[in-house]
Amino acid sequence: MNPLAKLLEAALFSASRPLTLEELLALEPAAGEPAVRAALEELGRAFADDDHGVELVEIAEGWQFLTRREYAEAVARTGIAQRTRRLSAAALETLAIVAYRQPVGRLEIEEIRGVDSGAVLDKLVERTLVEVVTRGDGLGRPLLYGTTPGFLEILGLKDLGELPRLEELSVALRPPAPAEPE
Amino acid sequence: MTASLVRNDSGFVVELEQFSGPLDLLLHLIREDELDITDLPIARVADQFLAAIGELGLNQAADYLEMAARLLRLKVQMLLPRRLGDDEWEDPRAELVRRLLEYQQIRELVDWLARAAARRAEQFSRGYIAEAEAVPPARLVIDLNDLLGAAERVIALIPEPVLHRVVPRPLDVEGAMMRIQELLASREEFGWLDIVGAGAGIVEVLSAFIALLELARRGALSVRQPEAFAPILIRRESPREAA
Repeated sequence: MNPLAKLLEAALFSASRPLTLEELLALEPAAGEPAVRAALEELGRAFADDDHGVELVEIAEGWQFLTRREYAEAVARTGIAQRTRRLSAAALETLAIVAYRQPVGRLEIEEIRGVDSGAVLDKLVERTLVEVVTRGDGLGRPLLYGTTPGFLEILGLKDLGELPRLEELSVALRPPAPAEPE
Repeated sequence: MTASLVRNDSGFVVELEQFSGPLDLLLHLIREDELDITDLPIARVADQFLAAIGELGLNQAADYLEMAARLLRLKVQMLLPRRLGDDEWEDPRAELVRRLLEYQQIRELVDWLARAAARRAEQFSRGYIAEAEAVPPARLVIDLNDLLGAAERVIALIPEPVLHRVVPRPLDVEGAMMRIQELLASREEFGWLDIVGAGAGIVEVLSAFIALLELARRGALSVRQPEAFAPILIRRESPREAA
């Protein structure tokens, strides 16, 4: 394996979170982006081809070693690692709204959900899935929320572009089609 | 409708187990009856919603009550007559339909997010740190005197209940009747403002109104209002013997 690929492997092994391209570039600034990308590909292929228990995954705008799915059950059963707690429907609703409307304030979230959402929002901030990104112009300059890299991580997404586009949903929000002339 | 209970040790989070909100419940009712969301039979939906929150014991939750009130208002609005072929007519349900569709879309995204999260949870990253397990609280050792002392301190902290004192403001119906009768003696017809004057307080207005109704019942006068919100006219009648 190319020495750069081995350097990246060492860095990714040391980290307990996804490393961004920027962070990987800093390891060997002279290498340049194309070389780092090529090395990442080589590294990923090496783990895929040689049949390892872990794989290199592109996630949360970065790269990370993750265990292969087939070992989840055994690892979790023995308590060596635990699956993350499932998010409640209220938390997921709030996350969905933040993801698609960001930056978005609490009032708008509550208007869409039809229920008080302050506590859920606080909980999501505490879990670093959403964060305050700016303040609105409205009365009292309300806090506006956006998603964090943690949000992408918990969903296994590379970036927000992987979320389904609204037009792809079966219940797309579009005006009803005009009646066909007879 | 899949909302689960979130364990929260750091505060009160009331999350209703079955529905994540009134829109969720509403959608559930609509789906159950396979109703057309864009042409909702509001009266029927409103009744079902009220029945459902009563049954589920949700009638205490403000958000559900607000939705119930909204539905009832829509039900009334739908009953108001409208001219045939009135192009100006705006469907009062439009806003609710828009919100329901929007919420339905969110629910679909929730399903997608839940699937993505479940899939991600099948892979572990490095550096797993077990969450601190909730340790059961140590066995409480306390003697009776300490307990009684603590109870006394707590009781001492309870503030006196704040009671709202209702101050009786007696209605002076008798006085108002005398005043009206004086007016009746001098004039054949007069207006409401002749009785109470423009700056009358609520007690005076109530006293005068009751007096007026009482005198009308006795047949001493007749009360007329030519049209809605017009000034009330009072006219002398020849008193008849009470039936």
